[in-house]
Amino acid sequence: MTGCSDSCGPDHAGGCAVGDPALAELQSSGLDRREFVCIVAGCAAVLAGGCSDLTHTQYVRDRFRELTDDEQKEIVARIEKEQTARLGKELKVGVEKARPGVEFGYALDLSRCIGCRRCVYACVKENNQSRDPQIHWIRVLEMEKEKGIDFAHANPYYDAEQVPRPGHFYLPVACQQCENPSCVKSCPVGATWKEPDGIVVIDYDWCIGCRCCVSACPYGARHFNWAEPNVPTEEVNPDTHYLGNRPRMKGVVEKCTFCIQRVRNGKYPACVEVCPVGARKFGDLRDPNSEVRYVLEHKRVFVLKTELNTQPKFFYFFGL
Amino acid sequence: MTTLRLFGGFVQGSLRIVLRGGKLYWTWVLLLLALIVSGAIAWSGQFRDGLIATNMRDQVSWAFYIGNFTFLVGVAAAAVMLVIPAYVYNWKPIKEVVILGELLAISSIAMCGLFVTVDVGHPERLWHLIPGFGRLNLPDSMLAWDVLVVNTYFVLNFVIVTYLLFSLYRGNHPNKKIFLPLVLLSIPAAVAIHTVTAFLYNGMPARPFWNASILAPRFLASAFCSGPAVLLALMQLLRKLTRFEISDEAIWKVAELMAYAMAVNLLLLGAEVFKEVYSNTEHMIHMRYMFVGIGGHTAIVPYMWIAVGASIAAFFLFLVPKTRRNPWTLNLGCFLIWLGVYIEKGMGLVIPGLTPDTLGEIYEYFPSRTEIQVSAGVFAVGFLLFTLMVKVATPIMLGEFKNAAAK
Repeated sequence: MTGCSDSCGPDHAGGCAVGDPALAELQSSGLDRREFVCIVAGCAAVLAGGCSDLTHTQYVRDRFRELTDDEQKEIVARIEKEQTARLGKELKVGVEKARPGVEFGYALDLSRCIGCRRCVYACVKENNQSRDPQIHWIRVLEMEKEKGIDFAHANPYYDAEQVPRPGHFYLPVACQQCENPSCVKSCPVGATWKEPDGIVVIDYDWCIGCRCCVSACPYGARHFNWAEPNVPTEEVNPDTHYLGNRPRMKGVVEKCTFCIQRVRNGKYPACVEVCPVGARKFGDLRDPNSEVRYVLEHKRVFVLKTELNTQPKFFYFFGL
Repeated sequence: MTTLRLFGGFVQGSLRIVLRGGKLYWTWVLLLLALIVSGAIAWSGQFRDGLIATNMRDQVSWAFYIGNFTFLVGVAAAAVMLVIPAYVYNWKPIKEVVILGELLAISSIAMCGLFVTVDVGHPERLWHLIPGFGRLNLPDSMLAWDVLVVNTYFVLNFVIVTYLLFSLYRGNHPNKKIFLPLVLLSIPAAVAIHTVTAFLYNGMPARPFWNASILAPRFLASAFCSGPAVLLALMQLLRKLTRFEISDEAIWKVAELMAYAMAVNLLLLGAEVFKEVYSNTEHMIHMRYMFVGIGGHTAIVPYMWIAVGASIAAFFLFLVPKTRRNPWTLNLGCFLIWLGVYIEKGMGLVIPGLTPDTLGEIYEYFPSRTEIQVSAGVFAVGFLLFTLMVKVATPIMLGEFKNAAAK
């Protein structure tokens, strides 16, 4: 992976624009695929005039999942260095893999949820979501008790100071981590996939920003960076995961990952920890003693939009 | 080797032709160039700031760009409508205009490619789609399939046209054994590009408005209206501006075929409206948004009624032999069809499909200045490409531009 950094970094980008003869010469001198792509992409960047604030790592890369452990480490080290320099504070990018035999699941008690949106803001903070433009991975919908779960009459813009409002209940929606995810299927470049522990992740450096997945997701769980994401440096959470909450760039899609940086290290997702009424339960679906299994066995649960056969691993129930 | 040298002469001669032209020609070309520059400026701003420069948001994440893309795929696919009678049934009057249809297809596909490029968040990463370099997610992703078939169609048409024109330039009869298989292949390819583009929307159960099995047939029916509508206008224009001879008979025949296509299009629309309105399930909400609006959100409603009205009016204009032979009503019909299908297969397909969004929210979209400026630039690129290609093709077909040694 290092081949490109020396020959075609942004500093040398001018050298890429020499034109065809130079390219042909390089090719004949046994240039490998990545280097070639690097040069082509570098030239494109020069032409587009957007080279200055982009680094070559954003251009030239194979999909993360296809890299060897060493290559992954190398990339991560470089991103850590870049981001640390950019932020002026130490940033850690983890690559923890799924633990064998683990499959995460989530359960949410709708009779407890009061719609306070603390989960929304805890999530924003933990996962370095852009503050302006504002991105929220969790969307809490206020619904009328009389109508039941009816998206057509839901209100996502209710005033959280007033909750819980009489006659209403609250339905938080984030990525449902489907067993059969339509978003993954729709991606033309395979930049998003389901990990062995069931978490659907995105490789931000491979995503082309076509937004097929945004259209394909039945739960409005995918969010696009319409502008350069903006997180005040002092609020950046430095404990990140490559496939989760590491700082994103504009023009890519992002989504809830069950706090992959936390759950793969044995912690609860931030929303579970912050919930003041204990409405949120999380755990390993294959562990008979986990909280989520307790809910599945003792409560009657349901999933959203069953008819679409997405098979979410995010269950809802009325516990009271 | 001689072929190669001849081809060099062909290219040089073509360049000379393109650089020669009257006042009208240069005014037109300069106008297009100005639009291209303005589009490029707007696009570079969008590239710098991100797609925030558009009015698309998470709720409506595809809009004007993708709407135009979809419409233009239809225009490109429609070239096949002329190819079938011309080559397969050897129907003479239409044969001369087939090349025009193919040139139109090439220009339309070029615009399609540009509309996708300006729509994505990272155009500099589009190489991720190239098999071998990146990873084209086949067979899962419908967009991946679309990339494949649209590019194949582009190459096919480009090869066919270049071969035919170059043969004429050399003074040879085009070798049927070479071009006929290509032409025959271009027919299913044309059907494929529009079907797969329909499947791109169709394959999303999250969006019930698109997830209707009638969608692909509707795409084809409307394409067989809009493509020829654009072509009919161009044919008449070329007849006036160049010495290109296009018979009235060919024009009337195309208009007649359009009437049948429009009948099918309206029938399919009716079938869909019936299913939604009569069953009145929760999926009805998208059609309601489209035709009556929801709770004061009515931005799109007038456009949809204009589309329906224009399509029905055009159907009758083309159905009655008298009005389809009268140049005035013929052109009115072309305009109405273009208008109807442009709305229906552009914004009228994308916006109601995404509104209300999957969680019930209504975000009213209207294109931003950047989007309009960039789109105008993309259209200008297509028009310029078409103009230049026709400029070269006309003298070749008239036998005025040929190799000196040609028989």
